[in-house]
Amino acid sequence: MIGLTHYLVLSAILFAIGLVGVMKRKNLLMLFFSTEILLNAVNIGFVAIGHYYGDLSGQMFAFFIIAVAASEIAVGLGLLVLWYKKTGSTDLDSLSMMKG
Amino acid sequence: METYLYIALFAPIVGSLITALFAQMPKKICVGIFTSTLIFISFISSMILLNYVDEDQIVHVKLMDWISAGNLSIPFGFVVDQVSVIMMVTVTLVSTVVHIYSIGYMDHDESFNRFFSWLSAFVFSMMILVMSDNFVGLFIGWEGVGLCSWGLIGFWYKKHSASWAANEAFIMNRIADLGMLMGLFLIYWNIGSLQYDIVFAQIVNLDINVVTWIGIFLFIGAMGKSAQFPLHTWLADAMEGPTPVSALIHAATMVTAGVYLIVRAGEIYTLIPDVGLFIASLGAFVAVFAASMALVNRDLKRIIAYSTLSQLGYMFVAAGLGAYWIALFHLMTHAFFKSLLFLGAGNVMHAMDDELDIKKMGGLYSAMKPTAILMSIASVALAGIYPLAGFFSKDKILEVAFNNGSYFLWFALFIGAGMTAFYSFRLVMLVFFGEKVHKKLGFNPHEAKPFVIYALTPLALLAIVAGFFEQSFHEFTTQLLVNYEFTLDHSIALILIFATSAVAISGIAFAVYKYKRGGFSEKIEEWGVYKLLINQYYIPKLYKDGIMKPFTSFSKFLWLNIDNMIVDKTVDMIAGAIYGTGEKARKMQSGNLSSMLRWMVAGIIILLALAIFYRPMV
Repeated sequence: MIGLTHYLVLSAILFAIGLVGVMKRKNLLMLFFSTEILLNAVNIGFVAIGHYYGDLSGQMFAFFIIAVAASEIAVGLGLLVLWYKKTGSTDLDSLSMMKG
Repeated sequence: METYLYIALFAPIVGSLITALFAQMPKKICVGIFTSTLIFISFISSMILLNYVDEDQIVHVKLMDWISAGNLSIPFGFVVDQVSVIMMVTVTLVSTVVHIYSIGYMDHDESFNRFFSWLSAFVFSMMILVMSDNFVGLFIGWEGVGLCSWGLIGFWYKKHSASWAANEAFIMNRIADLGMLMGLFLIYWNIGSLQYDIVFAQIVNLDINVVTWIGIFLFIGAMGKSAQFPLHTWLADAMEGPTPVSALIHAATMVTAGVYLIVRAGEIYTLIPDVGLFIASLGAFVAVFAASMALVNRDLKRIIAYSTLSQLGYMFVAAGLGAYWIALFHLMTHAFFKSLLFLGAGNVMHAMDDELDIKKMGGLYSAMKPTAILMSIASVALAGIYPLAGFFSKDKILEVAFNNGSYFLWFALFIGAGMTAFYSFRLVMLVFFGEKVHKKLGFNPHEAKPFVIYALTPLALLAIVAGFFEQSFHEFTTQLLVNYEFTLDHSIALILIFATSAVAISGIAFAVYKYKRGGFSEKIEEWGVYKLLINQYYIPKLYKDGIMKPFTSFSKFLWLNIDNMIVDKTVDMIAGAIYGTGEKARKMQSGNLSSMLRWMVAGIIILLALAIFYRPMV
């Protein structure tokens, strides 16, 4: 039987993968993927706990997160395309214009 | 009448503040005329008030509430009564003359405007001092005159000796002011008010020990301002300032503030005759002590300064023995002839290109007759020869000492009177008569401008006639002050008068006789007594070696060991730790987003760990 624990473990594993991705990857596109994984790991946690308590707020919150993530990606990808057009690279290390 | 009070009080400060705006500008003659006029207006108002005040009418105003906190309530109040009106008239009269005189004297000075600003500010402070109806206002004026005195002694601040003397005067006064403040605190502590009328009404209810302490502390304050031993060294050094300043502040007005305080607080001192006797003894000591230093000094202004010290001693004898009106009377007459003497000395200094050594002068009479006559009048008055002002006031003081049964004090003052006569005429003889030493040294003396001489005539006139007002002065001031009962026989009093006059005349005669024939031989300078006197009893040296040097080395020790090693090191360590942390943490800000993300994750993990494992005690 698959219980709450399994979902939470899955959520934790996904979160860890996302975190490692954020830290390790240099490609901006891959960073976006990693953040998506992070957000969805949290979503799984919310939905699982919301179901466990029979409370719909967890699932509602998950929808919010999905909406926010979608808009974030829309803006982020737009910026990314512009950046690529300008510099010809999507490498994270090339983003250092603000360095003092 | 209140209007006149405000005019008398505020006219000087108006002049000072307006003049201060021009302080940096080149000389403007109208600045001098403007301030002199305002002081003169103040004098006229004081005269009107003098006419108005009598037995049952005094002017008492409350300008505003000044300090009121809890039970403490000090209004900004002023009173014109028999004592303060006498002081007001004296101060403004001498100030007017000095202001006009200064227009001539400071003619070539580049800080002409600044001088008048300070001088008027001084008059204002002095007016607050004498007119205040409570001890706090008196204290404000007291500090104000101290400040102005500092600014004027150090007027030529580019000269090291002048700024040193200014600081010396200021610091010495500050030491004494601590005593005065303690006295004020004691009064407030025990009575709960600092208004004169309330304090004097309630002082009789206090424990006699407390009253004694109040008297002692207030007198310490008076000692500093009036330069009594052992706080006397600043007065002679204050002669570094311009001569009009010496005349106004360090002879006629400010230094008499101590006497004024004792007179004003007479109701306190009548309760404690022991302290009064101490004041009188110290006064008599200073009278002789200072006069002896004046005997040998060669510096024109210092001789007069020592003479001031000595005369202040006389005033304290009278005040200490309870003869307040006589102290006040001598204060007034002294103000006239001493400022005249100083201003005459200023003329001589100008004529001799600021040369002060009287042995280098001689025979100036032919070049500057009016000044010579004025200074001789002042000297005769100072020596106490009938019918000049000094005779009446000084003789009364000797009578008081005799009447009180303090024959020793009387004898000291008697000797002092002889010395006074001698050194005054030593000065006159060496400066104006005898051999013309200055011709050999290449000086070309010239008399001061006529208006300067005319400005001095009122003082000369008063130095001659002021003594005849004794009776009315007595009646006027004793309406407020405690009267002094003479129990002396008339015949004994007459003998005393003759004795004092005889000693004064013989002092003069001796000086004239001796210096007509070229003075004492050089050998006298080898004598131990001469060396002791010319070195001012080695007291300045004692202060330098005994107080200043140990204090300097102690301060140096504190600076090098305590401040540098402990305090500074601690502060440096804290700063160094913060600076070092910053220096190390700077590397985090590499500008690399990936490493920043890693730091962020590390931070989150730490915060998470804290949230889970750290449970603060509730």
